[in-house]
Amino acid sequence: MTAGIRAATDELQDVLRKFGKNRTDLLPILVEINRYFGHIDSNSIIEVSRYTGVPIGEIHGVITFYSFLGQKKRGRFVIRLCRTISCDMAGKDQIVRVLEKELGICFGETTDDGMFSLEYTNCIGMCNNPPAMLINDKAYGGLTPERVVEILDSFKLSEYQDMFGYGGVE
Amino acid sequence: MSEMISVRIDDISCEVEKGTTILQACKSAGLRIPTLCYHPDLEVAGICRICVVEVEGMSGLQAACAFPIRQPITVRTNSPRIRRARRVNLDLILSEHYGDCYTCVRNGSCELQALAREYGVDRYRYPSTTAPKFRIDRSTAIVRDQNKCISCKRCIRTCIDLQQVSALETANRGHDVLIQTAFDKPISEVVCINCGQCINRCPTGALRSNMPNELLWHVIDDPEKHVIIQTAPSPRAAIGEEFGYEPGTSVTGKLNAALRRLGFDNVFDTNFAADLTIMEEGTELLTRLKKVLVDGDSSVRVPMFTSCSPGWVKYVEHYYPEYLDYLSTCKSPQQMFGALLKTYYAKKTGIDPEKMVVVALMPCVAKKFECNRPEMSDSGYKDVDFGLTTREMAVMIKEAGIHLKDMPDEDFDHPLGLGSGAGLIFGATGGVMEAAIRSVYEIVTGRPVPFKGLDVTPVRGMEGIRDAALTIENPLPEYQWLDGVTLKVAVAHGTANAKILMEKLKEGRLDYHFIEVMACPGGCLGGGGQPIPTSPEIRAARARAIYSEDHELTVRKSHENPEINQLYAEFLGKPLGQLSHKLLHTRYTPRGRFFTEGF
Repeated sequence: MTAGIRAATDELQDVLRKFGKNRTDLLPILVEINRYFGHIDSNSIIEVSRYTGVPIGEIHGVITFYSFLGQKKRGRFVIRLCRTISCDMAGKDQIVRVLEKELGICFGETTDDGMFSLEYTNCIGMCNNPPAMLINDKAYGGLTPERVVEILDSFKLSEYQDMFGYGGVE
Repeated sequence: MSEMISVRIDDISCEVEKGTTILQACKSAGLRIPTLCYHPDLEVAGICRICVVEVEGMSGLQAACAFPIRQPITVRTNSPRIRRARRVNLDLILSEHYGDCYTCVRNGSCELQALAREYGVDRYRYPSTTAPKFRIDRSTAIVRDQNKCISCKRCIRTCIDLQQVSALETANRGHDVLIQTAFDKPISEVVCINCGQCINRCPTGALRSNMPNELLWHVIDDPEKHVIIQTAPSPRAAIGEEFGYEPGTSVTGKLNAALRRLGFDNVFDTNFAADLTIMEEGTELLTRLKKVLVDGDSSVRVPMFTSCSPGWVKYVEHYYPEYLDYLSTCKSPQQMFGALLKTYYAKKTGIDPEKMVVVALMPCVAKKFECNRPEMSDSGYKDVDFGLTTREMAVMIKEAGIHLKDMPDEDFDHPLGLGSGAGLIFGATGGVMEAAIRSVYEIVTGRPVPFKGLDVTPVRGMEGIRDAALTIENPLPEYQWLDGVTLKVAVAHGTANAKILMEKLKEGRLDYHFIEVMACPGGCLGGGGQPIPTSPEIRAARARAIYSEDHELTVRKSHENPEINQLYAEFLGKPLGQLSHKLLHTRYTPRGRFFTEGF
């Protein structure tokens, strides 16, 4: 256990070393930690504070301001469904039901295997093709219940391929 | 001279400097724009939208506080649209604010209440908050009631920008925004230095000091107790504001009379202890300098920083714990006085120190924390029992039905009631330094300071950091080692300015011998316990009151205070002597800048 924490701390220091120590480096650092570890825990906040000199309160404020930064561990794939007007009117609620049923979790939760997290997001600029969602950095528009199932299956499949190493479809 | 731009506001035409905000332009034209999140000491935020005005040619309403004038414009400050918008914004703010006015310490000085009155609010137009959402968070010094918070972020701008303490943070975004301590920890566990500047700038009662009034009444009403009050110079120069005097009116004599009628058994002058501080701190400075300059002792730290400001002391404990050796070991005047009252004065008068209650009237919220520090009990008892702020004392005086304006002028009790002008000016930034220079220079050379009327003007003023140098020539025989030495001193007020000095110290670029730091802007007279509101003008007026009172005194140097000399002769022996060490000096606690108790 201690060894694990030690390793995580070393990794964190490796991440930090890539950046400058100015106030303006704070956000890039947080984005990178969030990307690398999937979240920014209390220990990381203290280390970032030590590194940049920015007080922990301000760092915490920045993390809570940006919804893409989080203190809670998220799944490997974070699904962010747009909840803004265009997507809402185009049938967002139906997509909510499919996502929750397919993954067996509610919005705001992460699957037990640590694979998927469900979240809402405000407008992601896909109003021309609603309803829309993001999976990590990739946007998916024109969602229908069928298409959502397909997309989820493709992610699950690729993940199992990674895990068990058997031949892929593509 | 920068570019002038012509502006038309309502029916008034005027010229303003380029970059002036509409709010400033209106003020100079004699027009009043209501504001809420705006504060003259703080960065502009433009959050509350109460100060909205119409600018011809622009479709939306503009926040007057956040609109710099760059070209000729025509502004309207009163129209149906403006009044409606302000009223809606006010109604929305009120719907989020929870708390009854008559159970609030800010009743009468609340800016939200004043606006509601101004706009004729007679009901909640939007559903109001009917139950508290947050628990009240209190430390020994500060109370936070987030239910009353309207998210104007004045406290944030105070804590992060003005003071650079960062005990408070803004969490979340938009409607979910919360003003809270770092990680929402109790305020007693975060890096709060108790300066109370946030209290002075909070428009509502969301931030306030921890009032000991009820407990204090209980003690005053107890005939068994001998209740002593010591008053600091800054409350005396400011408490008048609570009773209708103009800022900058010193009411020392009247306050003494009021305090006696309130039931205090003795009224003493903290300036006396300030003089004592100068004796101890001055001697400590000379001792340190000799060790460094003559003995080459590398374990002794120079520059020496003053330690009178408990906010500053806690700031160093949090942010620069490895530099605590640079602080003078002297207790603040408040604590020195408490330790002496329960030893020297108790012995002299035969009063049982067990039954003695020492109250300190201070401009300061951090003094509450200071008097509750566990190490502050060198007399064998709690040296100072209560730290009371100027505002809290004003409440007690009003509660007792005393009209301050009608009070006669009365003197302090003696001994321990005589303070020199040097002790008095402790209240203003630069005052401790000036007092120290007046005494140290004269002790070393046998001559008064080479400044007209003893006014060491280079260390006065309101600039954030000031410095001065004084070359010692022809010193007395015992101080020959200082001959030709140029003593360099600096003064900083507000912890943000102190931080600049500390960062230089860290880099080894701080070339001074003695530095005065006060945690609050303006020094004690701008303290967190002083009357609300505060502004640069109000603080300057209080400083004028203090400096003019200094001129009226006959004793203006600490070392010439006869009661101080009597104290050393009868009790303490000599400065930095064994008894001084026990009663008047202290040690500090490295705290670090994260949490006091971990996550």
